[in-house]
Amino acid sequence: MGRGSLATRVLGGTAGLLLAAGLYLGLVVVPPDAVQGDVQRIMYVHVPSIVTAYIAFFVVFCTSILYLWKRDLRFDAVAVSSAEIGVVFTGITLATGMIWGKPTWGVWWTWDARLTLTAILFTIYVGYLMLRAFAEEPLAGARYGAVLAILGFLDIPLNHLAVYWWRTLHQPSSILRPGGPSVASDMLLPLAMNFAGLVLLSTYFLVERVRLERLRHRTAEVRLTRGRRG
Amino acid sequence: MVAELLRRTWAMTWKDVTVELRARERINAMLFFAALVLFIFNFALGPDRETLREVAPGLLWLAFLFTGMLGLGRSFQAERENECFEELLLTPGDRESIFFGKLAGNILFMVTAEALILPLFGILYNLDIWGLLPSLALVAFLGTVGFSAIGTLLAAMTAHLRAREVMLPLLLFPLTVPVILGSVRATEAILAGGGLSEVSHWLKLLGGFDVIFLVVCPLAFEFVLEE
Repeated sequence: MGRGSLATRVLGGTAGLLLAAGLYLGLVVVPPDAVQGDVQRIMYVHVPSIVTAYIAFFVVFCTSILYLWKRDLRFDAVAVSSAEIGVVFTGITLATGMIWGKPTWGVWWTWDARLTLTAILFTIYVGYLMLRAFAEEPLAGARYGAVLAILGFLDIPLNHLAVYWWRTLHQPSSILRPGGPSVASDMLLPLAMNFAGLVLLSTYFLVERVRLERLRHRTAEVRLTRGRRG
Repeated sequence: MVAELLRRTWAMTWKDVTVELRARERINAMLFFAALVLFIFNFALGPDRETLREVAPGLLWLAFLFTGMLGLGRSFQAERENECFEELLLTPGDRESIFFGKLAGNILFMVTAEALILPLFGILYNLDIWGLLPSLALVAFLGTVGFSAIGTLLAAMTAHLRAREVMLPLLLFPLTVPVILGSVRATEAILAGGGLSEVSHWLKLLGGFDVIFLVVCPLAFEFVLEE
């Protein structure tokens, strides 16, 4: 169990190759955006990151329900690992968004609906990770975490409604919208490659992180039995 | 079945209220803190009446929420400090009655604090709120129910954590953003002279939030209390 299996390493390698190719296409080959210029290229990281983060949080939601139902710690290990991945990619989304926002909107941050929602999402799941870290007893931590993850996910549509009524400035979605995507087709290829790359990379992280979590459980068990004998 | 649940809920609430009436450790702290918050805001923002009028709805709700949070934190910590958690779990019947009982107590304490904050707020900041009290009370109540529902659940959870005083607000505020936004916007419109019909969409959002979490939180509570 010292190293990941061959399949995981292949997975990680494929993710790396896809991302490298997608980034090369997006940053070098594809011509700059007609209006925004080179700044627009940050989209090739920004958009796939947030989609990946949402997928990760959905995984946390599903595995949390499964944990409360089946009481199998493997589900909890997936939930906590996926939450970490989601937080990292939400962080990347916020950071790249700010870097894009400064030259485009003239400000690093504005309380527009989508920015606000992403920030709220970030705080909810950072709270989740802190809760896990501060739990005195691992099993209680797993239960509390699962409960919080379910609450947090149910909260998303309500947040959505509240924040959209409050304000809206972000440019509307340009790919998932009625009437087909409005992004030039040569921009779509690197976007799709990066998206696939990030999903594979997250899966790779997830597999490795779950393995780590299980090693941790085993260490704790071994310590416990040794303590009893000694 | 429902009568039984109500009876047990009432017993739980009555226990908390009696403890509070005898020891007065929660409500006194909440009331004094609320008054202090209103006091401090004045120093932070200066005496300019126009500025104060603009930020008034936000201030009012910050006072409500901070005070409420103070009370929520105590609701399960007190049980833990007095080593009453096991006895709480031994009470017969569904765990839901513990949740609803605690929730009713928490709402009661928070509403009591709000009943003091609201007039004090009107006096200290020279706002003519007296004719608007019924509509403000409705918004305050809807906001308080949603905030307390999630708050009661989280208070039960964080009572068992390290750094529990810090963790409650860290988990509570991000989850209650819809309540905070809805309540503040509705209060803003009411203070500006708009009637209840003008804020009906916010009231619906608050109502929807309350209903969803009044259903989900008691269910989730069962998993939190397990030992």
